[in-house]
Amino acid sequence: MNPTASPAAGRSGHDPHADPTAPVLCTHCGLVVPEKLVEAGAGNQFCCGGCRVAYDTITGCGLESYYELRDRSAKDRRAATGAGQKYAAYDAEAFAEAHVQQTASGLRCVELRLEGVHCAACVWLIESLPRVSPGVVEARLSLATSSARVVWDPEQTPLSSIASRLDSLGYRPHPARGTTTRDLRLAAERSRLIRMAIAGALAGNNMLIALALHAGVFNGIEPRFAELFRWVSMVIGWVSLLWPGRHFFRSAWAAVRTGTANLDLPISLALGAGAAVGTLNVLTGRGDVYFDSLSVLVFLLLVGRFLQARQQRWAEDSISQMLSLTPDTCRVFRNGQPVEEPIEALAEDDELEVRAGELIPADGRVVGGASAVDRSLLTGESLPCPVAAGDDVTAGAQNLSATLRVRVNKVGADTRVGQLMRLVEEGLQAKPEIVQFADRVAGWFVVVLVSLAVVNFAVWCAAASVTGALDSTVALLIVACPCALGLATPLTMAIAIGRAARGGALVKSAAALETLGAVRGDKRRGRMLWDKTGTLTVGRLRVVQWHGEPELKGLAIALERESNHPVAKSITAHCGAEGAGEEPLDRRVEHHGYGVEAESRHGAVLLGSAAWVAECCAAPDQRLAEAIDEGRLRGHTVVALAVNGRIASVVWLSDELHADATAAVSQLRAMGWAPEVLSGDAQGAVAAATEQLSIPSDAIRSEMTPEAKLEYVRRASATSGDGQATVVMIGDGVNDAAALAAADVGIAVSGGAEAALASADIYAGKPGVGAILALVKLARQTLGVTRRNLGISLVYNATFAALACSGLITPLVAAVIMPISSATVLASAVHGLSGRSLEETAREVA
Amino acid sequence: MSVLYIMAPAALVLAGVAIAAFIWAARDGQFDDVDTPQHRALFDDAPIENGDDGEPK
Repeated sequence: MNPTASPAAGRSGHDPHADPTAPVLCTHCGLVVPEKLVEAGAGNQFCCGGCRVAYDTITGCGLESYYELRDRSAKDRRAATGAGQKYAAYDAEAFAEAHVQQTASGLRCVELRLEGVHCAACVWLIESLPRVSPGVVEARLSLATSSARVVWDPEQTPLSSIASRLDSLGYRPHPARGTTTRDLRLAAERSRLIRMAIAGALAGNNMLIALALHAGVFNGIEPRFAELFRWVSMVIGWVSLLWPGRHFFRSAWAAVRTGTANLDLPISLALGAGAAVGTLNVLTGRGDVYFDSLSVLVFLLLVGRFLQARQQRWAEDSISQMLSLTPDTCRVFRNGQPVEEPIEALAEDDELEVRAGELIPADGRVVGGASAVDRSLLTGESLPCPVAAGDDVTAGAQNLSATLRVRVNKVGADTRVGQLMRLVEEGLQAKPEIVQFADRVAGWFVVVLVSLAVVNFAVWCAAASVTGALDSTVALLIVACPCALGLATPLTMAIAIGRAARGGALVKSAAALETLGAVRGDKRRGRMLWDKTGTLTVGRLRVVQWHGEPELKGLAIALERESNHPVAKSITAHCGAEGAGEEPLDRRVEHHGYGVEAESRHGAVLLGSAAWVAECCAAPDQRLAEAIDEGRLRGHTVVALAVNGRIASVVWLSDELHADATAAVSQLRAMGWAPEVLSGDAQGAVAAATEQLSIPSDAIRSEMTPEAKLEYVRRASATSGDGQATVVMIGDGVNDAAALAAADVGIAVSGGAEAALASADIYAGKPGVGAILALVKLARQTLGVTRRNLGISLVYNATFAALACSGLITPLVAAVIMPISSATVLASAVHGLSGRSLEETAREVA
Repeated sequence: MSVLYIMAPAALVLAGVAIAAFIWAARDGQFDDVDTPQHRALFDDAPIENGDDGEPK
């Protein structure tokens, strides 16, 4: 490529033929360049520093083809997300142990999840890594999972330089998590694929042979060829039963041994009966062979299962992809210098530097700095708490406002988070087993089928001959095989999981979706246990009311603008929206945990918690004093603004409910779900937030520890088995994780903690209560379709079983009818769920 | 028509070869990622060798 004619130049906004009023677009990402950053006359324009660095790196390495390729294949472009980080932690021993494998030839191999991967050009750019990063032997990207497998030579280059090269190209790397379980799942998927393909090949070949045999019935066939085809059909049939089909027998046998029933039981019955009589008929040279139907049956059933398993694996992959994005490095002081190291390398008495916005990686005590930490994901508290030297902090809390120095006193499994993880395991063990709808039906199915077959055989033996009895009984067993149901159930689930995913919800288990849909109000009630912060509420404070002089809002903005504290953020947002202008300030001092102090042209100003401000000032006038008391009473966070030693304004702040919460909760209630609240937050805050939802006060529990939540869910689930109520837990925090794992169905909501994501059955990716409602609706619809399919398949089975009993159906006709019933049920499954997407349902609610 | 005695087993052997090939391909991981390879077809550069083929054409 000619480097002087950059392929990017033609697109940027400075093109003389372009409309001069058209916005200037970034050469790298194609977003509009902010006016201040447009460089007059420059060939390439950039919207941010990240994009400029990415562009320089890409062209500097002689990889301009990226832009050409990208324009050919990309629909949308994204800004470079590279953070310019150093990846020193990637060279650490502990990192290598956890994530790096050794290849046979002395090279090393690592799997990295990359942010910002979106099109073919990214594949090209990342796979060109060996060209720009000496020492890299191979880089292979998988678009579906955004993960790259990088093989490199440790002699030539450290992993950190490869990682920072990827970062500078605009793809921020993270070590992939869950690679060990992923390998297992990949192996399982491969064997499912192989099983299905073999069954398909055998079924196809067997159908060809059956075609010859059936044509022979009408057009005549020499007996010796008919004999040949029957033998071949039998051989293929037995192969498909014993190889891909042994799966059904094994599962049916397991069900028999545990005294339960599943759908594989009647299926195995039909397969076994068909194979036995078919073999007998081939050996004796009379009657029909059934092996073509049996092969096709095995194939169709495996197709349905393969599709469902693939959708579930995809959902799990997406979740582990999200988990990989959580940081796993920290800065440790080694010989007085902060060094980036993997969290695994931490030991007791190490000193850490935790910057504002970062998560605290281990339990410890603050030894330097003062800040506020947000523990909402750990405890459910909606307000951050101030910390200073000497205070204890726990792993998983987020440092909000200033850099802290923390001395570690517990690491890994000993931390509070580690203890909570053990609780999650306990929760998983307590989880009630969900019996899928189809399997519940199967029990009855088997009983009815077997008794029908026995009666039929006896009656035919008495009335006619043994051969007639055998023929009609086998016909009965084959037409009664619930293959339509066996195929339709997994397929319906696969479609439903796919639709949920398009709406942003990841469903890890189809059984959970079914359980969710089974609640109908009259017969089966549901208990929906909500964690408050971040699920019912937005998880952010909002100004509810401003008492006092509104002209002071300009001062408030100036005071709070630089602070990261949620109170400050919501006050700035509120005042900014009211159009208040900023006033100049001097000598701004932040008192962590209390408030802010500064000099303005009106005199000294103080803004902070009402208690602190009241201490520093003269008693407020009566109206404002009442506002302070009433606000506290209502459970609001109360903040006061004082000017010149006099309280001038009082602000009420509250964690607001999602806009759609009231409507969605009342709809859910109408659908048979009784809402309850299990919150770790203080009583006043919980009461204030849930006021509008008209949840009875005995269903609201506040200040719950994670252990108490788990215990509550356990007790609720213990009573759910007898058809009482389905228990659904909805939460976002580490403190909810154990309860999520123990509930009949656990739903983690967006923005939640890693632990919650990992332990829940369903992840609702969109914020808001409406997303949960949409999920419940989808689940209901899914179960409705499953039930309808069961109805259709039962009607088919009953009709043809009756015909078979009366001897009106020959085994040949039975074999032809079976696929027709499957096709009907398939059409019903696809049609029933092709309606509105989950997203549309959610929008409707809002 | 007696050729069928040869043709039928021959067809089965062919089917067996196809199945064996599929099993090999699946175990080799060729169906693990079905999204990315379609894009690799777009790259018209010479195959990349480690570090030394310099500028793309």
